[in-house]
Amino acid sequence: MTTLTLGKALNQGLRRALADDDRVVLLGEDIGTLGGVFRVTDGLKAEFGEHRVVDTPLSEAGIVGTAVGLAYRGFRPVVEIQFDGFIYPGFDQIVAQVAKLHYRSRGAVRMPITIRVPFGGGIGAAEHHSESPEAYFTHTAGLRVVACSNPADAFVMIRQAIASDDPVIFFEPKRRYHVKGEVDEHASLADARPMGVATTVASGRDVTLVTYGALVQTARDAATAAAEEGVSIEVVDLRSLAPVDYATIEASVRRTGRLVVAHEAGQQGGVGAEIAASITERCFDFLEAAPVRVTGHDIPYPPAKLEQHHLPDLDRILDGVDRALGRPNSLSGVEG
Amino acid sequence: MTPSDREATGLLTRPDDLVQLLGPTGERHASAEYDPWVADVDDDALVDLHRDMVVVRRLDSEATALQRQGELGLWPPLAGQEAAQIGSATALRADDFAFTSYREHAVAWLRGVRPDELLSVWRGSAASGWNPFEKNMAVPQIIIGAQALHATGWAMGAKWEGTDAAAVAYFGDGATSEGDVNEALVFAASFAAPVVFFCQNNGWAISEPVGLQSHQPLARRADGFGMPGIRVDGNDVLAVLAVTRWALDRARRGEGPAFIEAVTYRMGPHTTADDPKRYRTDDDLAAWRERDPITRLRAHLAARGLDADALDADAKAAADRAAAELRAGLVSIPDPEPMSAFDHVYAEPNSHLDRQRDHYARYLAMFDDAEAAAADAAGTGAAASDPRGGAR
Repeated sequence: MTTLTLGKALNQGLRRALADDDRVVLLGEDIGTLGGVFRVTDGLKAEFGEHRVVDTPLSEAGIVGTAVGLAYRGFRPVVEIQFDGFIYPGFDQIVAQVAKLHYRSRGAVRMPITIRVPFGGGIGAAEHHSESPEAYFTHTAGLRVVACSNPADAFVMIRQAIASDDPVIFFEPKRRYHVKGEVDEHASLADARPMGVATTVASGRDVTLVTYGALVQTARDAATAAAEEGVSIEVVDLRSLAPVDYATIEASVRRTGRLVVAHEAGQQGGVGAEIAASITERCFDFLEAAPVRVTGHDIPYPPAKLEQHHLPDLDRILDGVDRALGRPNSLSGVEG
Repeated sequence: MTPSDREATGLLTRPDDLVQLLGPTGERHASAEYDPWVADVDDDALVDLHRDMVVVRRLDSEATALQRQGELGLWPPLAGQEAAQIGSATALRADDFAFTSYREHAVAWLRGVRPDELLSVWRGSAASGWNPFEKNMAVPQIIIGAQALHATGWAMGAKWEGTDAAAVAYFGDGATSEGDVNEALVFAASFAAPVVFFCQNNGWAISEPVGLQSHQPLARRADGFGMPGIRVDGNDVLAVLAVTRWALDRARRGEGPAFIEAVTYRMGPHTTADDPKRYRTDDDLAAWRERDPITRLRAHLAARGLDADALDADAKAAADRAAAELRAGLVSIPDPEPMSAFDHVYAEPNSHLDRQRDHYARYLAMFDDAEAAAADAAGTGAAASDPRGGAR
């Protein structure tokens, strides 16, 4: 085992993928000489050369669109979108091209493209640098969407995403890039947990708390705090947002009878809405309370000095847990 | 070999087609084409240009220092680009409209933006610093190149309304690779929109040299879109003023858009979060320090017989006043009220957001209730430490 930051684990995962398969190429802005603004690709251009790790002109549509062409030729492009809020100029290429070409070509053309996106807030950044755009992509047929939350998963999941013959939107929790964890750099990909499978990161009896990305750690902290009050929270790290591993969530909810979903993204049409609806459909008879969503507000990401009011934190998550448990909470006494 | 290896910043220094009225040592180059556009620029006007450049350089260095002190979240320095920004913005009329990126602090200064308005966004205190219609300057744009289309649309409207106002789109060399900029050039040419595309080619898109964006001078692209393209020495404030006036004048007369490539250099980092040592050398920087836009104009003014020491004293006094205003302005920026996060999402009432806002207000009130309960408890000798616990 090696101790790595999440960012370094991704770097090592990318290094391994480049070494294992010469069809893997990295494309992005500032990823070569600079090593990426978060240094996730640090040293890779020097090690693998400028045809494997490519600094591109400034165009997200250009980066994703040329990745499509490279995929037509059998490459496995790994695209870096520098910040979440910069993905929209490439949106058409992602949702109209990357997502649909396998279908449109009746299976003849594969799009094994990985689109890496540092996402989420909490770093006091300028506008367009703290967004959580995942629901646009979970809503798009043809894409797989995953989010890692810790170094060990980051190291494995980035390689699984690159190995996947389907396009993967790979969300990286940017405020956790510097969090350290144990990584088994020699573990075989064949033995690893598939990226489509969720992980129960804390066991509990009273409430199932589902989240992903940066909030996984917050949820674990909430579980620890709740335990001191005698409330037992089971925390599920979703990992894959599309498709969702309902088997894991269902099994948990059948035991706890209560579901809370937390994410930084806004509530309306979000991942939490989809999970709440699906679990209600699948586990209605097991639910003892309506599923609860704890989310960012449905507002543009606010100025840095307001972000602590936007992002779900430990207290907001525990308030949601209280709602699920029928304990006094912020909606107590509110009709409807 | 990649474009970056091939050309790097060499594109910046090709002299062949560069409009220049002031040479690097301040010598005046005659230009039959552009001299008429600055014929009215007398000693007083040149002194104003010098003072403005000194002031914005000072504001910029003060803001950089404030970021280092933790007073700002981030700052994108303009150092080195004073002439490109002051020269072009001086050419604007009050009823023209500037659509800028995030680095055009000097343009903002000339549009009358106060220092506190300039800093509030970078302090993380507000979504924007000023009302665009009070300054005729749009909210600065972070998405690379998006504003080029906005400037074009504004210009189309100005033309359709029969005015002779013009728009200026400010963007950098990196932005010329974005679809939005290229689409803006198409629309502007198609509708003969009165818009000037003012590209500050400062050599770098974060770590990427301009040679990665283009293998030929950026101004040459204009021809293919059907508009004139001019390369100007972006560190020559007089030449920048002249070419911008020329471009604005033809736009006002209905002759359509023009593209100006102001060749300059980003002397500092991309932002305070950037470390340029990772991708460029000190030699590069030193060569450009020789072309400093302020030194150049100062030398020119001295050659015209003005007292350089008096110039410096005058400019320093103005810079000191601006810096004092900046620091006072910083202190005056209020921290935003939590519930203000919900303001201005929609122009009309919105039932969904109203409900969400009400819920969050109730949530926050729990903490107030908890504090009150804790205070009561403290009065009776029992401590309540957990606000959530107190709320229950």
